[in-house]
Amino acid sequence: VGLTRTAAVADWTSDFDVLDPGYVLDPFGIWDELRTRFPIAHSDRRGSTWLPTRYEDVTAIAHDVEHFSSLQVAVIPFDGTPPSDPVLPYGLPPISSDPPLHTWTRRLLLPWFSHARVGSYEAMTRALCRRLLATFADAGAADAAGHYAQQIPVRVVAHILGVDDALADTFTGWVRDVLEFADDPERRARGVRGLVGYFLAEIARRRIDPGEDLLSMLLHAEVDGAPVEESLVLGTAALVLIAGVDTTWSAIGSSLWHLATHDEDRRRLVAEPGIMAFAVEELLRAYSPVTMARVVTADLEFGGCPMKAGDKVLMNFPAANRDPAVFERPDTVVLDRAVNRHVAFGSGIHRCAGSNLARMELRVALEEWLAAIPEFRLDPAAQVTWAGGQVRGPRELPVVFPVPGARATGTAR
Amino acid sequence: VRVRVDEAKCQGHARCFALVPELFAVDDYGRSSVIGDGSVPAALEERTRLAIANCPEFAVEEIPD
Repeated sequence: VGLTRTAAVADWTSDFDVLDPGYVLDPFGIWDELRTRFPIAHSDRRGSTWLPTRYEDVTAIAHDVEHFSSLQVAVIPFDGTPPSDPVLPYGLPPISSDPPLHTWTRRLLLPWFSHARVGSYEAMTRALCRRLLATFADAGAADAAGHYAQQIPVRVVAHILGVDDALADTFTGWVRDVLEFADDPERRARGVRGLVGYFLAEIARRRIDPGEDLLSMLLHAEVDGAPVEESLVLGTAALVLIAGVDTTWSAIGSSLWHLATHDEDRRRLVAEPGIMAFAVEELLRAYSPVTMARVVTADLEFGGCPMKAGDKVLMNFPAANRDPAVFERPDTVVLDRAVNRHVAFGSGIHRCAGSNLARMELRVALEEWLAAIPEFRLDPAAQVTWAGGQVRGPRELPVVFPVPGARATGTAR
Repeated sequence: VRVRVDEAKCQGHARCFALVPELFAVDDYGRSSVIGDGSVPAALEERTRLAIANCPEFAVEEIPD
């Protein structure tokens, strides 16, 4: 991960750091300990910040939009920069807004991610997965994150926005700069500059020559008889890209990591495709990639904690999804877990607007991978690397597998 | 058995629709509703129990007789 990381954590209850390399690699034991001993931890490392680990607390905070605002949702704060950006005065609505702005900007987006609309993206997603697999299925080895998981959501989202998917790697770079390297001011600024410059040019083009895409719709939408401000269109378009790339890529990557390291689960999913819908929910629960932040609007006591106006709260949905008060055997992946009230997509009014899309992408990516490469495992000669903070998932996932039609060589089962 | 979706609680997770598409519908904005008067045929009862147990917003409820 990034450059400007901080000193080792001695006490997770009062001085946690979500960018601690050990936490990024394996946060689960730390959450278990915090949940028992200190269910809402605190840290002053990146501004006064609270970290709840219980399902009950996380979901209660998510529903209390009056006391916990979404005006600052970044887990890694940007050098204390207040949200008074002249280019993006509203941030990235609706994710970075409260009602009433949240309500109508979200309403503009939702139909593009409805169940029916997402169904229409499935064929192109499947074809994309097959194209990607064809580039390495005969090689016997691949980076399942970089060569596969990372390549899928960015191209699907580019299709929806109506932007050039030949720029997929550039988009991915900007998104990583903004989310993953947010504590590196230069990288963050580069990502923001890239996204803003690109979308401003695309907006100018569509004012003259609109298409059938989401960006054109936002530009030509009327709300209460007036067009949508350009800065809102810009923020919303950037949000779709930022929120649609790292997150789903991480879910696909973590799921493939699990299947590479759990032979029984992998073989069961190949043998019993009927459990795929349950398996997708279970993998989302166990490896929830996304943490969002909230900002406390007024001094209050919550769960015995004296929260001050301006404090951050990290919406630890991944830890909530491992809470033994809600989930039996929470640290075990049960592929056909029937009762699974997970909140990987958040809860309350900010439920991930792209959840239907993410589920489809994860399911199709796993189906196609398992059809082409049913047997695979981590490459014992290479290293898996993980990113964390706002979005947790593998960034390099080297795997090896038998080549179809080739004689087994002993390099893979 | 009859069920309903509490419109004030539903946030569009679509878990009920995924589990029992015969009984639940979703609109363009993700909101779920029951088809018809929410009466659950015996053959769908088990899956409908799962829909109640999986809703992250506790929005799917059994209507008491």
